[in-house]
Amino acid sequence: MQYQSQSVAKLYFVAAIALFVAQILFGLIMGLQYVMGDFLFPEIPFNVARMVHTNALIVWLLMGFMGAAYYMIPEEAETELHSPGLAVALFWIFLAAAGATVLAYLTINYADLAKLTGNDMLPTMGREFLEQPTITKIGIVVVALGFLFNIGMTVLKGRKTTINLVMLIGLVGLAVFFLFSFYNPSNLVLDKYFWWWTVHLWVEGVWELILGSILAYVLIKTTGVDREVIEKWLYIIIAMTLITGILGTGHHYYWIGAPEYWQVLGSVFSAMEPIPFFMMTLFAFNMVNQRRREHPNKAAVLWALGTGVMAFLGAGVWGFLHTLAPVNYYTHGSQITAAHGHMAFYGAYVMVVLTIISYAMPLMRGRAGANSNKAQVVEMWSFWLMTVSIVFITLFLTGAGILQVWLQRYSESPLPFMVVQEKIALFYWLREITGLVFLAGLVLYIMSFFIKGDEKAA
Amino acid sequence: MSGAFTKSTARNIFYGGSVFFFLLFVVLTFDTMKTLPERDHRENINEQVILGKKVWEDHNCIGCHTLMGEGAYFAPELANVYDRFGQSKEAIVAFIKSRPAEGVPGRRSMPQFNMSDEELEAVAEFLKWTSEINDANWPPNIQG
Ligand code: HEC
Ligand code: HEM
Ligand code: HEM
Ligand SMILES: [Fe+2]
Repeated sequence: MQYQSQSVAKLYFVAAIALFVAQILFGLIMGLQYVMGDFLFPEIPFNVARMVHTNALIVWLLMGFMGAAYYMIPEEAETELHSPGLAVALFWIFLAAAGATVLAYLTINYADLAKLTGNDMLPTMGREFLEQPTITKIGIVVVALGFLFNIGMTVLKGRKTTINLVMLIGLVGLAVFFLFSFYNPSNLVLDKYFWWWTVHLWVEGVWELILGSILAYVLIKTTGVDREVIEKWLYIIIAMTLITGILGTGHHYYWIGAPEYWQVLGSVFSAMEPIPFFMMTLFAFNMVNQRRREHPNKAAVLWALGTGVMAFLGAGVWGFLHTLAPVNYYTHGSQITAAHGHMAFYGAYVMVVLTIISYAMPLMRGRAGANSNKAQVVEMWSFWLMTVSIVFITLFLTGAGILQVWLQRYSESPLPFMVVQEKIALFYWLREITGLVFLAGLVLYIMSFFIKGDEKAA
Repeated sequence: MSGAFTKSTARNIFYGGSVFFFLLFVVLTFDTMKTLPERDHRENINEQVILGKKVWEDHNCIGCHTLMGEGAYFAPELANVYDRFGQSKEAIVAFIKSRPAEGVPGRRSMPQFNMSDEELEAVAEFLKWTSEINDANWPPNIQG
């Protein structure tokens, strides 16, 4: 760590990991409700657990991105952060808003919460992933603006590298597309059409820029490969991302009332979306193979390579699986979607945040080059436990999804939804057991932070 | 990855490609907006449908159900429940109204929302309107 102000990232990373734990615990609650329908009912209904699970995920990833930006941008710009004080203040505001929102989900009836927070005036609640009260959404915008100002000023006054520029474009895009969450017309078709401008244009658009630039940064640091080479890769990857991903939004417009030409456009462009993810895999492995130094932080390199592979599998392969309109006609809104959602979010965004945490945390904690070998071994065990678990969770959900599609949508005598769910319960049990292994991996991950000692810089 | 293909070429493809495809997306969106009125039957969006969507959102129904295939996968698809229930709004109202507060033992349960009659009517009307959107014949059959 070269600049004192980079260390504000630590707060963000610690909070991110805490919310990650909350996310997984509520995932496990839901997993049990899938097979024991009355578990915790009516205290924590499924929809409440789901809000906590998905919103905690989104918030901790945002925390991770912000932490990454506060760490990377000063170092890339070769200057101190514009205002470390602002970064700390915004952290506490963001954490308080997120904590209060989760607490409200768990203690107040959702309809009462809507009334209490004035959802009548500007209704934005009750839509998937965007369940937060309108005031929380406004809070997110305020935090995002302050954050963008802070890092924007830092970039302006310092060295302008490609990594910083791409990161900045990605983060500005994140804020801009979030604004569509305030548009909630009473016409459901319009609502859905523009809801995807937040959701799809995030994960298959601007977030990939953030992903690419974090990956590029860690690869520069750990492999010592020439910056020119890495930055050229970065530009090609993100070019392919937006060239395919923007019109790829069409894969969500097949069955929501939009005109039928989206079936062709969405299929063609989204079928090409795996390309940038495949390039990321090649990118990570090529850079590590061409490395000019042996960085002592083996764990960070493992996370970076893992991101490349798992993002391609989850987003690229499992995305392609159901993205063509004739296939999606049968798989739309089934367990296949859930399977893909899990591996893609984990492989791309969870793993890239854990990559930068793995790289930056030891340095912020004043360890010479990396954590001790012992700590790294534990961290790498947690890598394998969590990653293998998510692969199996995905496989079990895919199995459940194939049977669901067959029994409920494809066979000669389609069965009702609830009947089918009971028939495929075995897969949900297996998913839940695998989820416990995931939790064990996460506990091990956290334990690795408490193992002392360090490895010298190479 | 060498020779004439330089970093600045890559950068230009990025800027050019992104701007071009975003503008194309905006153009296609305008075209979609022009054709939507015939497909979404917005002339039928009355006060009741508007209230119904609000009720739908204020109770976070999407947290358990899918609606036109989007949402959660814990409970049945509802964009076609109006047809599944024999085109009867009364049946929808009766179902929502009759949920036991403590749930159904051992079975996935839906909460008792204690809605007013006006809200119940409205959410049923909203689901009826939704079932009439031209959605390219999705879902494949009545089971959703
Ligand atoms: C906590 C989860 C949950 C929430 C929230 C929820 N539901 Fe349900 N809903 C269910 C479950 C589970 C079933 C299936 C019940 C059964 O078959 O025993 C169901 C069934 C239904 C059905 C009958 C579907 C069919 O085909 O049999 C309708 C209609 C319905 N819900 C409407 C609503 C509406 C409207 C809302 C919001 C006001 C809502 N639900 C919120 C869980 C939920
Ligand atoms: C890291 C990137 C990605 C993430 C995090 C991601 C995540 C998700 C999530 C969470 C959903 C469910 C949305 C909902 O609840 O309605 C979804 C849906 C979908 N995704 Fe992705 N995705 C990614 C990339 C891709 C790619 C590259 C493709 C195509 C090749 C793709 C194809 C699809 C399709 C077709 C659906 C709709 C499923 C349905 O019809 O139910 N995704 N994605
Ligand atoms: C480890 C144990 C986990 C369990 C048991 C679990 C369980 C679940 C369940 C039951 C749902 C709801 C599905 C539905 O709507 O019916 C869900 C949704 C979701 N989970 Fe998890 N989850 C776990 C871990 C994770 C992880 C690690 C991630 C992120 C990387 C994640 C991301 C998501 C997302 C994005 C959704 C929304 C999916 C969609 O709409 O398609 N979950 N999870
Ligand atoms: Fe998408």
